[in-house]
Amino acid sequence: MTQISRRPVLGLLAGLALAPRAALAQQPLRIEITEGVIEPVPFAIPDFVPENAAGGEYAASIARVIANNLSSTGLLREIPTSAHIGRIGSFDSPVQFSDWRAISARALITGAVRVNGQQITVKFRLFDVVSGQQLGDGLQLDGSTQAWRRMAHRVSDQVYMRLTGESGYFDSRVVFIAESGPANNRRKQVAIMDQDGENVQYLTDGTALAFAPRFSPTGDRILFTSYETGFPRIYLMDVASRSRQMIGDQPGTMTFAPRFSPDGLSVVYSLSVDGRTDLYMLNVASGQRWQLTQTEAIDTAPSFSPDGQRLVFESDRSGNSQLYTMSLQGGTAYRVSQGQGRYSTPVWSPRGDMIAFTKQHNGRFHIGVMRTDGSNERLLTASYLDEGPTWSPNGRVIMFTREEPGSNASLMSVDITGRNLRRIPTPGPASDPSWSPLLP
Amino acid sequence: MQLLTKAILVVAALALAACNNPRGGDYDEPTGGMGGIGSSALGDPSDPTSIAYFNQTIGDTVNFTVDSSELSPQAMTILRTQAAWLARYPDYQILIEGHADERGTREYNVALGARRAARVEQFLIQEGVSAARLRTVSYGKERPIEVCAEQRCWDLNRRAVTVVSR
Repeated sequence: MTQISRRPVLGLLAGLALAPRAALAQQPLRIEITEGVIEPVPFAIPDFVPENAAGGEYAASIARVIANNLSSTGLLREIPTSAHIGRIGSFDSPVQFSDWRAISARALITGAVRVNGQQITVKFRLFDVVSGQQLGDGLQLDGSTQAWRRMAHRVSDQVYMRLTGESGYFDSRVVFIAESGPANNRRKQVAIMDQDGENVQYLTDGTALAFAPRFSPTGDRILFTSYETGFPRIYLMDVASRSRQMIGDQPGTMTFAPRFSPDGLSVVYSLSVDGRTDLYMLNVASGQRWQLTQTEAIDTAPSFSPDGQRLVFESDRSGNSQLYTMSLQGGTAYRVSQGQGRYSTPVWSPRGDMIAFTKQHNGRFHIGVMRTDGSNERLLTASYLDEGPTWSPNGRVIMFTREEPGSNASLMSVDITGRNLRRIPTPGPASDPSWSPLLP
Repeated sequence: MQLLTKAILVVAALALAACNNPRGGDYDEPTGGMGGIGSSALGDPSDPTSIAYFNQTIGDTVNFTVDSSELSPQAMTILRTQAAWLARYPDYQILIEGHADERGTREYNVALGARRAARVEQFLIQEGVSAARLRTVSYGKERPIEVCAEQRCWDLNRRAVTVVSR
C-alpha cells in the first residue's frame, strides 16, 4: 500500500506545459481558507485519459474520487462532466482554455492513467483557467493498482495544497466504532476506513464491547478500550497485522481513555479505582507507569499538545466537568474552560494553537474550539448529542459523532470556520472517529 | 412511589435476565462481555435462595440523580436488604455494575458509572458484605435498560445493578 513513489517528472511534463500568458497580469488562482464567506470555486475534472487499454478501467474512477474529495471541502464546486464542452484527448495536448472558460470553470484538473500488470501510473496537471496558467508542475505517481484510491487522494492533496497553500488531508484514514444491534445491547466493533468512507475494514469481531479508538502519531497502531475481559481495558493494536496486546491493566481497576504521546512511545490514560479516576502515563516498551493526577475527582479524556510537553484533559474537580491543562513535568493543572456549561473530550489541534471540545449546555451538545488558554471560544455545531471531536491532519476540519433522538449515531465533519457540516458515509451506524495523520 | 419502585424492579429483573442469557436476543454473537462473570441459572423466584428472588423481591437496582453518585434513602433501604440477603447466602459472588444516562460524553460516563458502582460497593461493605466477594464494573452509557430521548428513560438508566452469581 505504501509503495507509491512521488516522482515529479519535471523535465518532461513542466517543459510541455503551456507558456504562461504574460499579457494576463492576473493573480494566480488562490483560495483563502480562513476567509469568512467563500463562494465555492467552480472546477472541472474530465475523466483521466487512459494511456493504454488497462488504464481505461481507472480513468473515470480516479477523477471521481478526486472530484468528491475536492467538493467535500466546500471550498470548490464541481462543474458536472455532462456540462463540459471541451475534451481532453491527450494529456500532453495544449488545453483549449476558451472551452473551460465558457462553462465558467476557474480550475481545471487533467490527468492520465496507464496500467502495466499490477502497476499503475497516474499523471495530473492543475490549470488556472482564467489566466490560462498551469499551477505547479505536472506530477506523476507510481504504485500498485490496489493503491489506486490512495493515488487519487494524493492528487487531491496536491490540488488542495496548490490552491490553498496548506497541506491537505485526503490521503488519511479514520478509525471509528461500527455499531449494530439494539440500542440497549449495542454491538460495537473497531473499524477503519479511508477518510472519504471507502475501504471499510473491521479490526475487532464485535464479541466484546469496544469504544474510543485512537491512532498512533504515525497511523500504524491504534489504541482502544474493550470489555473483552468483562472489564474496561486498554488494547494496543498493530493495524497491518491486527495483532494486539492489553496494556496498563491493574487488577481491581478499570482502565480506559488511552491516547498516544506525540513520539508514540507512551500512552496516557484513565484508571478508575474506588470511584476515583486519575490520569496515568505508561511507557509502552518498558511497562513503567507514572500517576499524573491525584484527586478524588474524575480526570479523563486526556490529549497531548503536539510538542508533547503538555496535556489537556477534563476534570470535575470544580464540581462539574471542565477543561484543564498541565505540564507533563508535573505541577498545577490550570482550568482553561471559562464559559457556562460542562466541557469534555478536549483534543489539542495538530497546529498546537487550539483545543476542540464537546460542550453541554442547556440540554444541547456542541462541538467547539478555543485557544489553548481558553479564550476565543467558538461553538461550531449544536444538536441533541454531538461529541468526541477529532482533527483532520491539517487542522482545518473536525470530525465527530452525532446522535439525534430516535436515530442512529453517525459521523459528521465540520470546518473550523463552522461551515460545511457534512455526514461522512459509513456502512451502518458509526461513532467515535479518530483521524490519522497523512499517510507516509 | 411504590408502583414506580415495583416497575423498576421488574425492568431490572428483565435486564438481568438478558444479562444472564448472552446468546438470547436478536443476534447470534455473545453480548459485549456483560457482567465479567459467567452466567448462572436464575432459579425459581419463589425460592428465597435464588438469583431470581434476589433480583425481583430484594431488588437489584438503585438509581441516581443527574451527574451524582449519592445514595438516596430508598437506595440505602434496598442496599441494606441486599446486604442482609448476601450475608445469609455467602456462596454468591457480587458484581456491581455502574451505569450512566446518555446525556454525557462516553469516557466521562465510564468514570461516572465507576463512581456509582464504587459508592454501592462501599455501602455494602459498611453493611457487612465482605470486600473479597465484591467487584465493580462500569458500562458508562453503553448499556441503557430503557431507550428513549426523555427524562423517564434517563432516570432509569442512571443506576447501579447488583449482579449475583455463583
